[in-house]
Amino acid sequence: MARLTLTGNHCVAHAVKLARVKVVSAYPITPQTTIVEKISELVDSGSTNMKIIRVESEHSALAAVYGAATAGLRAFTATSSHGLLYMHEMVWWVAQARIPAVMAIVTRTIGPPWNIWTDHHDVMGQRDIGWIITMAESNQEVLDETIKLFKITEDPEVFLPGIIGLDAFILSHTVEPVEVPDQEIVDSFLPERRQPYVIKSGEALVMGNVPSDLLVNFRMREGVHRGLRNAEKVIERVDLEWGKLTGRHYGGLVECYRCEDADYLFAGAGAWVGDMRIAVDKLRDIGLRFGVLKIRYIRPFPYSRVFEAVRGRKGVLVFDRSISAGSAGPIFLDLTTHLYSSGLRIPVKNVVTGLAGFDIGYEDFVKIGKSFVNEVSESGWITSFLDFYP
Amino acid sequence: MGLAFEKEVVEIRFHGRGGQGAVTAAHLLVDAAMRENLWGAAFPFFGAERRGAPVTAYARVSRRVVSTKSMIKKPDVVVVLDQAVMNYVNVFDGIKNGGVAVINSATHTLPSTRLPAGVRIHTVDATRIALDFGLVLAGWPLVNIAMVGALARILGMKLSSVLEAVNSILSGRAAELNSRAAERAYREVVEVEA
Repeated sequence: MARLTLTGNHCVAHAVKLARVKVVSAYPITPQTTIVEKISELVDSGSTNMKIIRVESEHSALAAVYGAATAGLRAFTATSSHGLLYMHEMVWWVAQARIPAVMAIVTRTIGPPWNIWTDHHDVMGQRDIGWIITMAESNQEVLDETIKLFKITEDPEVFLPGIIGLDAFILSHTVEPVEVPDQEIVDSFLPERRQPYVIKSGEALVMGNVPSDLLVNFRMREGVHRGLRNAEKVIERVDLEWGKLTGRHYGGLVECYRCEDADYLFAGAGAWVGDMRIAVDKLRDIGLRFGVLKIRYIRPFPYSRVFEAVRGRKGVLVFDRSISAGSAGPIFLDLTTHLYSSGLRIPVKNVVTGLAGFDIGYEDFVKIGKSFVNEVSESGWITSFLDFYP
Repeated sequence: MGLAFEKEVVEIRFHGRGGQGAVTAAHLLVDAAMRENLWGAAFPFFGAERRGAPVTAYARVSRRVVSTKSMIKKPDVVVVLDQAVMNYVNVFDGIKNGGVAVINSATHTLPSTRLPAGVRIHTVDATRIALDFGLVLAGWPLVNIAMVGALARILGMKLSSVLEAVNSILSGRAAELNSRAAERAYREVVEVEA
């Protein structure tokens, strides 16, 4: 185990190397570029035998990854924002073909105007497709979760691709001390690659052609959903396995911070959960018992774990760094839907903030938390279900 | 040795010009801090970075893990790699009362800018040090590592931590010359009396 100071992007590169990925294909886009730059340095130094396939676009990058993965190789790509949008058609293709692969999305807002800062519109725009989606809070979590994703995606109960999301700059370009596991540890953790079918030279395999039976096609779609639901228990199991090897448990699908006796919860995903923790400490100093429900996995959406965490609270504030325009924030939509169907009726309010990279810190969460307590105490409910802050 | 500061978290802002290595300086500081069992985070300001344009970089050094990811608006310490930047940028913007500035200066005098209350100024002639060791790239003296040496002294960190960090990030002749530059700046940084 080496303790190094690494950016979030370099954590991804180290994880990809440690997972013994065989093929990487990507196209440069800020703030993703330094992932693939670091990977090419590692290839150049001879410390890995990965192959990099250079392409002219993100669409081709994921197509190349899809081809390599279908042929039986562990494969990886990374992108952001407009690059991801350009890749979008292939994002569907890989998931519906049930081919395990891993992609890092360095979350960046979408233009116009041209802007390289973080928000979650790019990654959240992929949530209806069939990819597993996890969002990291720290660089250590970026490294650990990227390695774990290879195991989760290649589990026969899952067989779906996976996305590791990390916030532009505030993780991707921020240096933090990180424990990088030894190769032997990762080798003992990751089994040989498994996948539902493999294209081999000289063996005929038909895939992706016009369906002769629409019900079969229908069941394929249903199967993607069921694979994602199966992923819940695989994610929880793999988190425990990794914890045994490294001492780092993350709680699986969700993590609760100071939830035990909390009256109110913040819920959210991504790097700003760190600021929510500090805000909770500060709110408790003034007698307001808050906790943080960190949604580690956006897909599969961990509704049972969320229900358990939320039950019995006086209120929940859900923070979204993106919005389904004309409706509400995507995490809020998922969370409230599942609470409703579980018969739970407590005040849940959505705060949409941090869009376009607008900087949000713990002082903001403290302010929003106080105002929420007043709103719930005075009205007995919420006066609006969705606020933009500021 | 640890932090000379009583506070749990020290927030630092670096001012330089694009190409001077402010971002690397922030990274190096965090790497050195890690070697003293401190925790740290370093990050750039995320705008268009052009060679020569004023740039800022940030670092937090702390006794425990700091989970905030927001920008530093009220630094405890500002580090100025290039005094010319002070003509365009208020490097003292938001600095805390009792804060510290470390300025690359040949004259070891107070800056002509009006100083905020309680700020203590330290200077080191990092340009001279860089030139003496032949640390010049494309005509620019490489002052960033020397400035980390000076900063580490003010933060109460060990010189050996800085040297280990230099050798983990650089190698060969660059590591050797920058180590010597950091060491000299560590020794030569002085507080300027108001």
